[in-house]
Amino acid sequence: MGRMPIYKLKFVSHKEEIMRKAASNTILKSSLAIIIAGMALVSASAIASSVEEGKKLAFDRKQGNCLACHMIEGGISPGDIGPPLIAMKARFPDRAKLRAQIYDATAANPESIMIPFGRHKALSDAQIDSIIDYMYTL
Amino acid sequence: MKQSLLITALLGILGTLPMTAQATPAEDVQTYRDFFMKRFPGVPLEEFANGVYSIDQVSRDSWEAIEEFPPYEPSIEDGEAMWNKAFANGKSYSSCFPDGPAIMGKYPHWDDGKGMVMTLPLAVNNCRTANGEKPLKYAKGSINKLLSYIGYESRGQVTNVGIPNAAALAAYEDGKQFYFARRGQLNMSCSHCHMQQSGRHLRTDVLSPALGHTTGFPVYRSKWGGQGTLHRRYKGCNKQVRAKPFKPQGEEYRNLEYFMTHMNNGIAINSPSARK
Ligand code: HEC
Ligand code: HEC
Repeated sequence: MGRMPIYKLKFVSHKEEIMRKAASNTILKSSLAIIIAGMALVSASAIASSVEEGKKLAFDRKQGNCLACHMIEGGISPGDIGPPLIAMKARFPDRAKLRAQIYDATAANPESIMIPFGRHKALSDAQIDSIIDYMYTL
Repeated sequence: MKQSLLITALLGILGTLPMTAQATPAEDVQTYRDFFMKRFPGVPLEEFANGVYSIDQVSRDSWEAIEEFPPYEPSIEDGEAMWNKAFANGKSYSSCFPDGPAIMGKYPHWDDGKGMVMTLPLAVNNCRTANGEKPLKYAKGSINKLLSYIGYESRGQVTNVGIPNAAALAAYEDGKQFYFARRGQLNMSCSHCHMQQSGRHLRTDVLSPALGHTTGFPVYRSKWGGQGTLHRRYKGCNKQVRAKPFKPQGEEYRNLEYFMTHMNNGIAINSPSARK
């Protein structure tokens, strides 16, 4: 079992994920298998918590506040300045492209009103990564 | 990524308005006005004086209900009392403003003697200090009462800001540059929100068109729980993008007011007013 694709974690919270993994672990007999499963658990839950963090940042008015301009599933009273953030995996298969849009939208569109979150240090690199992890669940 | 037609059209406008230093102020007024009349077809020029309520029926309904019992009404009365009350030296505002309180339409203007843009709040405080009175604060507080009275008495006067000479033109150009300059950590200009995205939602706020922005001040704002001057609003909009606000009545905001008010030439004063 390899790294779990993040889009499969869509409706699974951090805690549920750990419990599900723990349950499946009990039926594994070989200690090797337990070690491997343990490694998968760590990486999958790390991503799950990054997704949670990314969502928090995207909704928080004092942080990413992406909702101010974008419709995002589950977000209350979104703005309509930018396009709805949907089907991100299909529309942004290249993670670097998505990162570039969030890091500095004015590089692609000099007139963009979107905040150059990375270039202006409104969000840290780690925070942007969390937001991207979250975006890929949309 | 494909740009929408709207953004492409906007790029044209935003590209020419700030860039063409050769465009005369009168041409700027035309470009600016055309932009908003095209963006909000069917909205008469006069209506833009009502800010966001000129373009958003939902918020207009509650605003019309508020205007039945205007929250700024007591201020007009208090302002009238201030206008009539004698200074300690026995004189009063009418010694500085012999034409009476209906003078808002004369401001801002280029003051050649002082070599600067003269605004109404500044003229009020010049009058006070010349008569040995303490100046009033420029953003909140009782200056709004006096301005409400003067505004009310000036209702119907048509904005007609002139740019009489090269020094005035330089102040105008300075204000125009301010309007289109990106600012703050969030990197936005006034024109981003009030031209490029006007009419759209920033979360729940509908962004008002810039056209008409100066005619209704001071405004009573529910969010403030009181009144504020135009420069108080400037400070708020600067802070919103995490930019350091400038001093109310400092040169930057006075020149900005000069540019913005000139853009509203032809629109009647409807001060004071109420906003959510
Ligand atoms: C102030 C407005 C604003 C904010 C805040 C904002 N955006 Fe944007 N966004 C836009 C606009 C406008 C566009 C359209 C393209 C452009 O102008 O760059 C856009 C485009 C995008 C795109 C490309 C969408 C597509 O379909 O092509 C992505 C992805 C995106 N934004 C993500 C985000 C994220 C993530 C955040 C928060 C961390 C965010 N945006 C915050 C205004 C904003
Ligand atoms: C991030 C978006 C944003 C930016 C940038 C911005 N504003 Fe605003 N502004 C708003 C919002 C939101 C309001 C309240 C709703 C409305 O009336 O548009 C507002 C209101 C105003 C009003 C009051 C309008 C009225 O009818 O009461 C004025 C005047 C104004 N802004 C001027 C400016 C100026 C000048 C700048 C640049 C220095 C600026 N704004 C930059 C978002 C912005």
